[in-house]
Amino acid sequence: MKKKAIIEKTAKIIFMICAVIAIFAVCSITLYMFMKGAPTFQKVGVSELLFGTKWAPTAKEPSYGILYIILSSVVGTFASVLIGVPIGLLTAVFLSEIAGKHLGSVVRGAVELLAAIPSVIYGLIGMMVLNPWMYQLEKSVFGSNSSHKFTGGANMLSAIIVLAIMILPTVISVSTSSLKAVPDNLRSASLALGATKMQTIFQVVIPAAKSGILTGVVLGIGRALGEAMAINMVAGGAVNIPLPFNSVRTLTTQIVSEMGYAQGLHRQVLFSVGLVLYIFIMIVNFILLKARKKGVGE
Amino acid sequence: MKKKLLAVLCATGLLTAALTGCGNNETQTTGTTEQTETTVVETQETEEDTQATEETETEDAANLSGTISLAGSTSMEKLCEAMSESFMEKYPGITVTVEYTGSGAGLESLASGSVDIGNSSRHLKDEELSGGAVENVVAIDGIAVIEDKENTVTDISAEDLAKIYTGEISNWSELGGKDEAIVVIGREAGSGTRDAFEELLEVADNCAYAQELDSTGAVLAKVASTPGAIGYVSLDVVDDSVIAISIDGIEPTEEKILAGNYLLSRPFVMATNGEISAQNDLVKTWFDYIKSENGKAVISQVGLIIPE
Repeated sequence: MKKKAIIEKTAKIIFMICAVIAIFAVCSITLYMFMKGAPTFQKVGVSELLFGTKWAPTAKEPSYGILYIILSSVVGTFASVLIGVPIGLLTAVFLSEIAGKHLGSVVRGAVELLAAIPSVIYGLIGMMVLNPWMYQLEKSVFGSNSSHKFTGGANMLSAIIVLAIMILPTVISVSTSSLKAVPDNLRSASLALGATKMQTIFQVVIPAAKSGILTGVVLGIGRALGEAMAINMVAGGAVNIPLPFNSVRTLTTQIVSEMGYAQGLHRQVLFSVGLVLYIFIMIVNFILLKARKKGVGE
Repeated sequence: MKKKLLAVLCATGLLTAALTGCGNNETQTTGTTEQTETTVVETQETEEDTQATEETETEDAANLSGTISLAGSTSMEKLCEAMSESFMEKYPGITVTVEYTGSGAGLESLASGSVDIGNSSRHLKDEELSGGAVENVVAIDGIAVIEDKENTVTDISAEDLAKIYTGEISNWSELGGKDEAIVVIGREAGSGTRDAFEELLEVADNCAYAQELDSTGAVLAKVASTPGAIGYVSLDVVDDSVIAISIDGIEPTEEKILAGNYLLSRPFVMATNGEISAQNDLVKTWFDYIKSENGKAVISQVGLIIPE
């Protein structure tokens, strides 16, 4: 009896310690990012840092404006969500409502594999296949326009396409499970009232699964915003306005590409870039929390 | 059991020595030698404990102990790190500390006597030489300008090259080549290669890059796979996948760089106050090591050219 009690107690403590580790990690990361990133805002000036458009950290008169970098992240993320979410949602509908058992399992397997592919592979294929295509497109769009700076295909558009594919698995799997969770009696009722299958899907099932789908979208945003490796390989990496055929740099790739040799204030500013990214991710997670709560409430 | 205990103790001792050693590296540049010496003794003891077999080899080395301090060029970081690591492996009693403050600042520290060696990634200026500093070129850094295999322009003037990088020339046809847009590829801010390239070509802070990549390999791969691309990399990594362009008619080869004709090269100088022969034993050992086979291997390993 006594032995049992000891085991129970020890197990409890072990679980507790494990839980505390996670909390401790989050708290210390947050604290670290603010401690490292915040002072630079004062040194450089908040508006100069966030709204400056010139990034020249090693120039004689250094300039640390990251507006274009922030914009590239935001534009890249939303454009990829705009492309990825409709495709993902329709795939989810196909999986949960339309596909038969056999075809469904094939598609599901493919989606799972897509989720398992490391981002460096996406980057590699993007670099070797997508970029040359983009260069052809760039040439045909701009022709001999000499005012355009030719990027060789490493541009915003490549990044958006790669990101859109990368967020698909997240959107699909979360949406599929929320569509499946819609009770069958809703479908039956709709069909019994004379609605066609498509009408039922778009006017009954999807609205009923709204909050779950939204969760998928927000998770996708988080994934796109935080992706670094693949973007670093396909986006060109020069700091520019995020136009489709411009070479761009995002918050993540900014840190990845310059951390190696950065020194002094340049290095500190990279921590501030990290802080900005961290705040963006926190906002996304906050929205996610809200969306989930709403889902539970309904 | 006893053996195990001993092993644990040994490991702890080693770890402590290593940790204190690390801590010292950062703090002892101000010149407090007392602390360092204790560490050095500790390290030696552990060395003797664990590597009794190698004792004969390192006996000579073990007699030397102390600190060599270097300060200067950030571009020389890779060389200095590799060199000091390999050096300290052979001479465990000597601690080498390097600060990367920039060439000018390093030479100032040398002049003021706060360091033994001033690192500079350029030739010394006359006023620096007249202040008593002696220029010891330990390695030469060469940068090759590369383009894709299909390109027909294989020789370029320095002036035109600068114009390409500042964006004034944007098509190869302007240089007598095919009608192909020039894709200007470079390295990220903070890269030593970029610093050197922009400085030597006198286009610092003026470059309009189409792509900024964060490694030599990435530049090489991108240039090789992009029609009309131009980029720059360390001379040693150039391979068959790209063409290395001649500048003002001079090909980027080791011989041409050693002869001093090629534009995009610069010396890595470890300057001393007075000749090397007038330095203390530690500094002499350091330079002897650099000139030894081991030292030369380190220099070529980090992609630099060994001076004559």
